[in-house]
Amino acid sequence: MTKKKFGSLLLVASLVTTLLFSACTTGGAGNAGGSSSKGTIKVGVVNNPPSESGYREANVKDMEAVFSAANGYELKTAYSLKNDEQLQAAQGFITEGVDYLLISAAETTGWDEVLKKAKEAGIKVFLFDRMIDVDESLYEAAVVSDMSKEGETAVNWLLAQNLDEYNVIHIQGAMGSDAQIGRTGALDAQFASGKMNKVVQQTATWDEAEAKKIVESVINSGDDFNVIYAENDGMAKGAVAALDEAGISHGINGKVVVMGFDCNKWALRELKAGNWNYDGQCSPFQAQIISDIIQGKKTVTSKKIINEEKGFDAKTLTDDDINTYGLGE
Amino acid sequence: MKDNLKRIFKGGLGQLTIPLIAIALLVIFNLIRDPSFFSIELTLNNNGNTVLSGNLISIINGASELAVLAMGMTLVTAACGGQDISVGAAAAIAGSAFVKILKSGPSINIGTVIMAFLFACVVAMLFGSFNGTLVSVFKIQPMIATLILYTCGRSIAYWINGGATPTVSSPIITAIGGFIPGVPIPTPVLIVIGVALVFVLVFHFTSLGLFTQSVGINGSAARLNGINSTFIKLLSFIILGLCVAVAGTIGVSRLGLINHETLLLDIEMDAILAVAIGGNNLGGGKFKISGSIIGAYVIQMLTITLYAMKVPSTDVKAYKAIVIIILVVIGSPVIKSKFQKFMNKIKSNRQRVSVKGAE
Repeated sequence: MTKKKFGSLLLVASLVTTLLFSACTTGGAGNAGGSSSKGTIKVGVVNNPPSESGYREANVKDMEAVFSAANGYELKTAYSLKNDEQLQAAQGFITEGVDYLLISAAETTGWDEVLKKAKEAGIKVFLFDRMIDVDESLYEAAVVSDMSKEGETAVNWLLAQNLDEYNVIHIQGAMGSDAQIGRTGALDAQFASGKMNKVVQQTATWDEAEAKKIVESVINSGDDFNVIYAENDGMAKGAVAALDEAGISHGINGKVVVMGFDCNKWALRELKAGNWNYDGQCSPFQAQIISDIIQGKKTVTSKKIINEEKGFDAKTLTDDDINTYGLGE
Repeated sequence: MKDNLKRIFKGGLGQLTIPLIAIALLVIFNLIRDPSFFSIELTLNNNGNTVLSGNLISIINGASELAVLAMGMTLVTAACGGQDISVGAAAAIAGSAFVKILKSGPSINIGTVIMAFLFACVVAMLFGSFNGTLVSVFKIQPMIATLILYTCGRSIAYWINGGATPTVSSPIITAIGGFIPGVPIPTPVLIVIGVALVFVLVFHFTSLGLFTQSVGINGSAARLNGINSTFIKLLSFIILGLCVAVAGTIGVSRLGLINHETLLLDIEMDAILAVAIGGNNLGGGKFKISGSIIGAYVIQMLTITLYAMKVPSTDVKAYKAIVIIILVVIGSPVIKSKFQKFMNKIKSNRQRVSVKGAE
């Protein structure tokens, strides 16, 4: 009898601990800043949670660094992947009376009313990273990336390498995502014009292991290729793993040119080691631009501000670049 | 041997008929399409090892995680009459736990890797027992119970390591996810063989198989016969937890990187599918783990075939779905009984003919 009781106690205990585990991660919305003092600028940021991606993690850290107390700001943040929770958080910031509201929306719709209220309350709104379907008059400016430009920069770099022929394995991200559409566009144009030869074009849905399988299948089929264009760093790593297993050389002085996107620190180190050739930036650093506008150091000429993004060549990459532009650790 | 063959000819392969026919059809299709499809070569890889390569190796190697998960999923299906849809998320948690330990030490050696793996096992078994408790003690439908971990699992995985894609690099990790120096067979394949062997031994030396089956067929009847059905159900989830830890470890070791969002993404659906293709009743009861393993290789062969045919990105899933619909419908009870009736008719016709001939 007691044995049985002990058993069920154990069960309940394991249940409770696991529940506690999961509870820890779902919290974390709405970290209000300290007490406000005079002269500080109150900024409310509505963003996606840092767990979304390496991009978002860097984005959140950048916001915290730029809108710090040392720089004269009081920062309030709210993170959610859900649009309605984001709307509530924005509503909360308006009621609390922030000076500026910064938004990276989960969805492009449903923001009209909240932004109108913000305008009535005299709160200035900035959009970052993602656009919203509202009238331009409702926000000061939107600082965003141009994904198709990222693709063009990468393809122009590839053309400048003057290879004798371009036989490209194109590994795509999740079909229909902004990053996939943008980064695919420029390369598709080259395939259409006949300048580059499409060996295979497959989606790995951002999955590293799937990217490896795709490249493996090309190697097994015996088709010739000399460029791997992966739409993010993880998939490029997967592709390179397949090359390594098949004994195919890659990177500077290698047979296959390897290209990735996102500029994770570990990926840039692969570039520095000469294992990869190119990494295209997708900049999460919008905070400084917004801060400059708030403090009058920069004037808004167009509502849509394109965040300047670079492409890094393994031959010219410096350690400073890795520290400045690399994401993660 | 002769008796065995006779039995097979008389009664068919039973449960394994459908998965074996599926694999045979895929093999024939590929051989017609490209006679060299299954050729295997020895190549020197960039680490200086001589290794086997070719589509067949890609298929067997690539299906490793799926095969391991399908084995555990079969047990849960048989005992509980439902499926665990959180295995992908749980594998991300186990993989993150594995990486966490590896990164906590100053260097990675055999000892830390074993420690990390054991830690991953404990964590995965803990989450397995969470699912198992909900199902066995609180009698919640398995799919609903595991929906909780399915939803929050990848967030927990993120929370363990903080960074979005932490990387680990070590020759030992490369050996686990790739090749052990001097061994031309991919290590994940060896791990699958090891796990399968453990299952064979457990079923041989314990009554777990029989108990699981009886709990799945009728839980209360099993309890009246002295089987603790709550414990058997819980145990099936804990064993699945171990499989999850193994799959997560393989997944992380392949590339030396954990991406909590994409590690073994959507694998729960493939694992359930492998169990179904393997001819197991998804409502619980009788089961055959070998069927599920073959099911896993069928799914992987299908994927690699589509890649080799260079089917456009947007169409891959649709083609996969068509093949799977056909397989599942052929394996359904309705078609099976129709087929049986048809065969019986032919048999009785033949008998009638032979009887007439005798007259």
